[in-house]
Amino acid sequence: MTVTIDRGSTTAPASGLTVLGWIHRNLFPDWRQGLLTVAVIWALWQTLPGLIGWLFLDAVWRGDRDDCVAASGACWAFVNARWGQFIYGFYPPELRWRVNLSMLALVATIAVLFIPRLPHKGWVITGSFIALPVVSFVLLHGGILGLEVVQTDRWGGFMLTLVVAVAGMLGALPIGILMALGRRSNMPAIRVFCVTFIELFRAVPLITVLFMASVMLPLFMPQGFAMDKLLRALIGVALFNGALMAEVVRGGLQSIPRGQFEAATASGMGYWKMMLFIILPQALRTVIPGLVNTYVAIIKDTTLVLIIGLFDLLGIVQAGVSSSDWLAPSVTISGYVFAGFGFWLLCFGLSRYSMHLEDRLNAGRRR
Amino acid sequence: MPVSRDIGPQAPPRQPFWTRSRIRAAVVQLGFVALVSLLIYFLLSNTMANLARQGIASGFGFLGQRAGFDVSISFLEFGRNDTYLRGFWTAVVNTLVLAALGIFFATIIGFLLGLARVSPNWLISRLATVYIETFRNIPLLLQLFFWYFAILRPLPGPRDSVEIPGGAFLNNRGLYLPKPLLDHGAQLTLLAVAAGLVFALFMARRARMRREATGQPVAVAHWWALGLLGLPGLVWFSTGATVGLSVPALQGFNYRGGMVMLPELLAALLGLSVYIAAAVGEIVRSGIEGIDRGQTEAAQAMGHTRGQIMRFVVIPQAMRIIIPPLTTQYQSLAKNTSLAAAIAFPEIISIIAGTTMTQTGQALETIALAMAFYVTVSLSIAAVMNFFNWRVMRRAI
Repeated sequence: MTVTIDRGSTTAPASGLTVLGWIHRNLFPDWRQGLLTVAVIWALWQTLPGLIGWLFLDAVWRGDRDDCVAASGACWAFVNARWGQFIYGFYPPELRWRVNLSMLALVATIAVLFIPRLPHKGWVITGSFIALPVVSFVLLHGGILGLEVVQTDRWGGFMLTLVVAVAGMLGALPIGILMALGRRSNMPAIRVFCVTFIELFRAVPLITVLFMASVMLPLFMPQGFAMDKLLRALIGVALFNGALMAEVVRGGLQSIPRGQFEAATASGMGYWKMMLFIILPQALRTVIPGLVNTYVAIIKDTTLVLIIGLFDLLGIVQAGVSSSDWLAPSVTISGYVFAGFGFWLLCFGLSRYSMHLEDRLNAGRRR
Repeated sequence: MPVSRDIGPQAPPRQPFWTRSRIRAAVVQLGFVALVSLLIYFLLSNTMANLARQGIASGFGFLGQRAGFDVSISFLEFGRNDTYLRGFWTAVVNTLVLAALGIFFATIIGFLLGLARVSPNWLISRLATVYIETFRNIPLLLQLFFWYFAILRPLPGPRDSVEIPGGAFLNNRGLYLPKPLLDHGAQLTLLAVAAGLVFALFMARRARMRREATGQPVAVAHWWALGLLGLPGLVWFSTGATVGLSVPALQGFNYRGGMVMLPELLAALLGLSVYIAAAVGEIVRSGIEGIDRGQTEAAQAMGHTRGQIMRFVVIPQAMRIIIPPLTTQYQSLAKNTSLAAAIAFPEIISIIAGTTMTQTGQALETIALAMAFYVTVSLSIAAVMNFFNWRVMRRAI
């Protein structure tokens, strides 16, 4: 018996390789999607030219407030005029090289992370992460090595954002690791303390912690003991993010198989030796993407310090757009768009980096 | 040469007593507790001394005193002659209303974004990606400032309001919306809406049970229409159409009638929902992509349409993946209402940790009150979502 199959009535499926095939498959697969596509294209046609015009073509790049009021576009002249303040805050202009130098130190530290085959990489990284805050503090604050003292109330702008973010990141990691270890400890007193700490800080917003740091820390200290406002904020940020970090690290600790603990104990290692050389290196490796995501959150959270009266990038832009010599609607929008773009670059870059790391770490598991 | 050694029963090697693990654990813990107690004692005694020196009272007695401040937005009656306690409840209700509205809109926008991300339409999925990557990588506080200071405040005054179709107006004093007028007799209509809702839910439940028993699709749309439109409509007409609409209209320098959403509330709501929606969108996308392709293919092979596959096959299973991280986002939204204090929305932080603290100076008590509130809200959201999760899991098995 023969079976005849009529092949004539079916056409070949549209190939994804040609441009028309791609358009057919991805934009007009059926009439409903096609209608949607047309509607979206129309909406983009209506908005995009205006947006591009406002951002670039009609924007004022140089000039003063009157030029901006007269124009119909963004006022980048404002950003231009305040650039120094946005980056350095109220730092004395003749000492800005110190800020630049410490930013360079930060970039160098990050660059070390990207060198693929560095001898003793772990020690180099650990060392540079311990050295970075010391070097930066000496450079920024001064007071020794013949450097002029610059009080922290003159710090501000992007530089302060970086200081809060980096201090938050570096301070939160050890706190998070200790808290995560404490939460899994078999000593009840320590476990209860760590669980309370972590859950309390995770349940309240950062603002309450910052308020606590700025209002209650002075009350906690003996009379006559004044603590720097920035330092208080940094303590609050580090404690708060330490609690977040603890949960990320805990995830990593839980992913380590029992055999690793047992093997380490069997080879006669004590608790700290086992954690430091066997467990943590593996646990932290698996949670690197989670850690980087927490870092993105820390960068976004740095803006909150403006509520307790510190001028980070957003705070200084906010002060700028409400100052009387630049008061205009287009200036306000431009200022926020500029600050938003700055934060976006940092956060988007970091989250892409985290995705890249996730990909690399999962390379062995990919199917 | 054989060596014979006595390896018979032996006492374990003697250890110094402090290396025995149980004793060491006890010593470490005792030391830790002593250290923490000392620290707490040190902090508390300092605090007491500092407070006494500054002449600040302690305890929650201030809650009974006259507040003496006004609040721009309140869903409770509140005036300057009310007590601080009343102020606290006003702040609680304001915060909860903002959080509830925010969760509502963030969920809707977020689910639409998640569905758009997995859409076969390239343009739609790209647009959703652009939205998500833009809004989740910009600090929320900046977004709130943007909506409030850059968009809503510079709007024209009432005379040049932006008119929104449907009788709503937007100007620098807020968003004016039509408001349903509920005079007497309206209770019956409201009652009918409630009864209709219960009725429709009951019919939907019955339809689902029959579908699960027989495998036949049972239509429920007409029951919903009857319950939510038919019954209230009938009551509305038969009681003489008592529920009217108060439409805002320009009178002199301002709008009269309708209801107004002040710029502070509008900006806070916009900022919170737009920001959290981006995170919800990612959660929904990863939930949908977490479902095995075989499920979709099997449903396709059985001749279901794309919409049916999403509704009956993919989403119900994806919910199991979606709910736990969604809970975290809801908690985060509730906590983030605190940022609205920076744009003068009167919530817990601005009323309690702001005005009340500066007036009474009782930092310890006010911050403890604020923290207690947030802890309660976080735990409540977790409890509600765990219940919801339990139901979804039970149905899925």
